Amino acid sequence: MTVTGTRTRGGIGESVVRPDGVPKVTGNFAYASDLTAEGMLWGATLRSPFARARLVRLDTSAALAIPGVHAVLTQEDVPGRPTFGQIVADQPVLVDGEARFWGEPAAIVAADDPDTARRAVAAIDIEWEELDPLVDMEEALELGEVFRHAPVRRGDPDSSGPVVVEGFYEIGMQDQAPLGTEAGLAVPDGEGGVDLWVTSQWTHEDHDQIWRSLDVKPGQVRQHPSGIGGAFGAREDMSLHIHVCMLALRTGRPVKMVYNRAESFPGHVHRHPARMWFRHEARADGTLTRVQARILLDGGAYTDTTPAVVANAVYFAVGPYRVDNVHVDGYGLRTNNPPAGAMRGFGVVQACFAHESQMDRLAAELAMDPLELRKRNALATGDPLATTGQIIETPLPTTDVIDRVAAMPLPAPDESEDPRRLPGGTGLTTSRSDVVRGVGYAVSIKNIAFSEAFDDYAEARVVLTAAGAEVHTAAVEVGQGMVTVLAQIARTALGVDRVAIVPADTGAIGSAGSTSASRQTQMTGGAVLEAARAVRELALQRGDGDDLTSEGVWRSGELVMTLDELCESGPLSHHTRFRHPPTEEPDENGQGTLHADFAVAAHRAVVDVDPELGLVRVVQVDTAQDIGLALNPQSVRGQIEGGIMQGVGLAVMEELVLDRGVIRNASFTDYLLPTFLDAPDVEIELIEEPSPWGPFGAKGIGEPPTISSTPAVVAAIRNATGRELNRVPVRPQDITGT
Amino acid sequence: MSDVDFTLNGETRSVSVGTTQSLLSLLRDELELPGSKNACEQGECGSCTVLMDGAAVCACLVLAADADGSDITTVEGMASGDVLHAVQDALVAGGGVQCGFCTPGFVVAAAHLFESEPSPDRDQIREALSGNICRCTGYGAILRSLEDLAQR
Repeated sequence: MTVTGTRTRGGIGESVVRPDGVPKVTGNFAYASDLTAEGMLWGATLRSPFARARLVRLDTSAALAIPGVHAVLTQEDVPGRPTFGQIVADQPVLVDGEARFWGEPAAIVAADDPDTARRAVAAIDIEWEELDPLVDMEEALELGEVFRHAPVRRGDPDSSGPVVVEGFYEIGMQDQAPLGTEAGLAVPDGEGGVDLWVTSQWTHEDHDQIWRSLDVKPGQVRQHPSGIGGAFGAREDMSLHIHVCMLALRTGRPVKMVYNRAESFPGHVHRHPARMWFRHEARADGTLTRVQARILLDGGAYTDTTPAVVANAVYFAVGPYRVDNVHVDGYGLRTNNPPAGAMRGFGVVQACFAHESQMDRLAAELAMDPLELRKRNALATGDPLATTGQIIETPLPTTDVIDRVAAMPLPAPDESEDPRRLPGGTGLTTSRSDVVRGVGYAVSIKNIAFSEAFDDYAEARVVLTAAGAEVHTAAVEVGQGMVTVLAQIARTALGVDRVAIVPADTGAIGSAGSTSASRQTQMTGGAVLEAARAVRELALQRGDGDDLTSEGVWRSGELVMTLDELCESGPLSHHTRFRHPPTEEPDENGQGTLHADFAVAAHRAVVDVDPELGLVRVVQVDTAQDIGLALNPQSVRGQIEGGIMQGVGLAVMEELVLDRGVIRNASFTDYLLPTFLDAPDVEIELIEEPSPWGPFGAKGIGEPPTISSTPAVVAAIRNATGRELNRVPVRPQDITGT
Repeated sequence: MSDVDFTLNGETRSVSVGTTQSLLSLLRDELELPGSKNACEQGECGSCTVLMDGAAVCACLVLAADADGSDITTVEGMASGDVLHAVQDALVAGGGVQCGFCTPGFVVAAAHLFESEPSPDRDQIREALSGNICRCTGYGAILRSLEDLAQR
C-alpha cells in the first residue's frame, strides 16, 4: 500500500510534541497519586522491620478501636488466592507467618485520613522473632535456593585459546527511583467488583493476579491506565494493588494508597545485584575462541521476573561478538535481600559490564586497540548468537555503531576552574591541575520484546469517525512518549491527521503486553499499524477510492466522499492482535531461536577524575545506536539521553546500601541520583536499518542506552586512573585504593 | 490548628491548618492543587517547588502555618489563563517533558531563574536547576528547551 506520510501532518519521522505535554507543564495531568473520589478513605501499611522474622503475634483490635479507622486487614483476610506473582505466585499478599524481606507488608489499614491511618498502623500490636537472614548469593546457591539455573553449552568444551583473561565482577543494587511513588485508588462498584487506577506497566497482567486474590470473577476487576511518574521496570511487578482493592471491598468505600519515599524503596523490585566470573580466550590475532562465565543474580525472597532476568544475563553474556565455544551458567538466587526484578536493561546491564570489562582486559593482554578487538569479533546479520546459536536475521550494525561512535569528535580538554565543571562540583574540593581525563568505550546487544516462547502480543483497535481516528489500547504510557508515537503511526498509515489515543481499561480491550523490554513501539506500534491499514482499506472500499486523507476518500485525484459521508453509516473499525515472530523454549543447552529481535549500541565516555580524592565527573557520553527508524527524533533523543543518565548513575553513584538485608539509605538524601550538574553532554548518531517486523522498520530504543553506558564510563575511569575497577558503582575508595 | 491567611496564585485564602502540616500537604490534600508533586518529602528532588514571596522553596519543607501572610505561586498559577508561561511553552516544544512528575518543580524553578536572569547561560541553568531531579530525560532536553528560551 502507499504510505501517505509526506502529506500527513504529525506522521512518522516528525518530532511531534507530546499530547500530554501541556497538562504536565500546567500541573493538570492526573497521576495515580492525584486521584480522589467521594467518600474516599486512606490506606497505610505495616511493614516488617527485619529482613527475616517469624510473626509471633498480630492483634489488630487496638488499631480498629481508633475512631476513624474502618478496616485493619492481615493475610487471614485475603479473600482468594493467598499469594501473587507474575511468573510464580509465591509472594503472600501479606506476611503469612514469616517476613522474608525488610519492609514486607504485614497488615493494611483504611482510615478517614492519612494521619489516622498512620496512627492505626502504629497501634497494631505486633511481635516478631528476628531470624538469621540469608543474604549471601554463594550461600544461597549452596543451599539450593535457586529460582532458575540457565545454562549455555555451545561448541567444543575443551577448546582453548593461547591468550586468556579472567575477571570477577560485581554490581550493586540499583533502584529505578521513579519520581512518582507507588499509588493507587480503588473504587468499589457496589456489586462486589472494583475499579482500580494504579501505577502499573502492564494492566492485564496485574488484573490476572488481582481478581484471583480477591476471589471475584475476572471482569469484576477493571484496571485502568493511570498517570504514572516513571517506571523503568519498577512497575512491572505489583505493589499495593491487591491491598488497596481489599480495603475498598471490605469497607465499601473508595480507598487511596500512596507510598512515601521510604516505603517505595522496599516497595518495588530493583535491579539484581550480581557477582560474576568471566574467562575469555583468544588467538594471538584477537579472534575469540571461547567464553566461559558464571553469573549469580540476587533475586530477593520471591520469584518476580528473576527467571527471565537470569535468561537475559546468560544469553547476552558474550555481547555482540562471534565465538564458537561458549559455556555459561547463570543462577537467580533466593535470599532475604530486597526484592529484585525488572529494571531497564533487564539482566543485560549486569552481563555487559562484565563482558565489556573483559574485552578491554583482553585487548590490553593482546596489546591491541580495544575497538579493533571488538570489530574483529563483531557479530553481524547472518551470524549465530554466540550463546544460543540463533541466526541473527535483523540488521545488526555492530561494526557500524563502533565506527560511528569512534569517529565522533572528542570534547576539548577542559581548562576551566569553574567548580560546576570539576569533579566534586561546587564543594570546591579539587582544582584542575589535579584532574586527569580518561576515555572509554563499550558495546552492547539487547533483545527486543519477550523471549523464550512467551506468547507475546498486543491488541489495538482503530476507529475512524467523522471527527477523526481513535486508537484504543491498554498499553501503558510511563513517560517514554508511546502515546505520541502510536498516533504518528496511525496518522501515517491512515492518511488522516486527527488521531486520538484512547486509554482502555482491562475490560474494554485485550492486553497490549508490558511497557517494558523496549517492546511497545514495535508491539503496540505494530498492532496500531495493522489496524490502521485495515481501516484505511475499509474506507477505500466503502468510498470506492484509491486514497484516504483528512478530507475523505479520493479517486483519481478527486475527493469523492468526505469523512462525514464516509462515516454516515457508522464508524469504520478494526481490532488487531499483533504478534512478533514466534520464539522457542531453550533446549537443555540453552540453544534455540529464543529472541524476536535485537539491537546494538556503542558508547564512548569521557571522564575527568581526581585520582587522589576518588572524585569523578562524567564529562560526555557519546553513542551510536541501532534504532531501525526514528519515528519521532525528539523522542528518540530523549530516551537515549535519559537512558544514558541511568547508566552513568549506576557507574558512579547509585547503590542501595544493604546491611543484613536492611536498606540503609532508603531516602533521596542518601540514595544518590544524578542531578543537572552530574549530567554529561551527549552526542548521538542514529543508525537506521529497518527491523524486519517493527512498524515502518522501527526498533525499540529504551534499554540500549542504559546498557553499555555503564561499562563505557568505568572504562574511562580505568583509562584515567589505571585502576582495575571490577565493581559498580565505582566508589571514591575504589579509585583511591584506601 | 492555626488560621492562615495568604495569597495563593493571586487569590486571598484563609484556611485552618494543622500545626505539623506541611505546605505541600495543604496544597495537595486540602486546597485541591495537586500540581506540586510529593516525591521525597526531604527537599532533595524539587518536585514540589513553589514560589513563596518570590523565593523558590520546596513546599514539603515549609510548615503550612508559616505560609501566613505570604504570597505563594504554584505551578497551577504559572500560566495566564490559556496562555502558557514562556518556560512551560519551551519545555513542551523542546521535549523537556517525559513522565512529567518532576515537571511542575522544573517549571517553577526555571521561571524563578528567568525572573532574575532573562538570558541565563548553560552553566547558570544547570546550577539553578540542580535542586530538581529528573529521572527520565537525563536533563538534555530540559537544558536545550531553556537555552532556546534564553536566546529568544
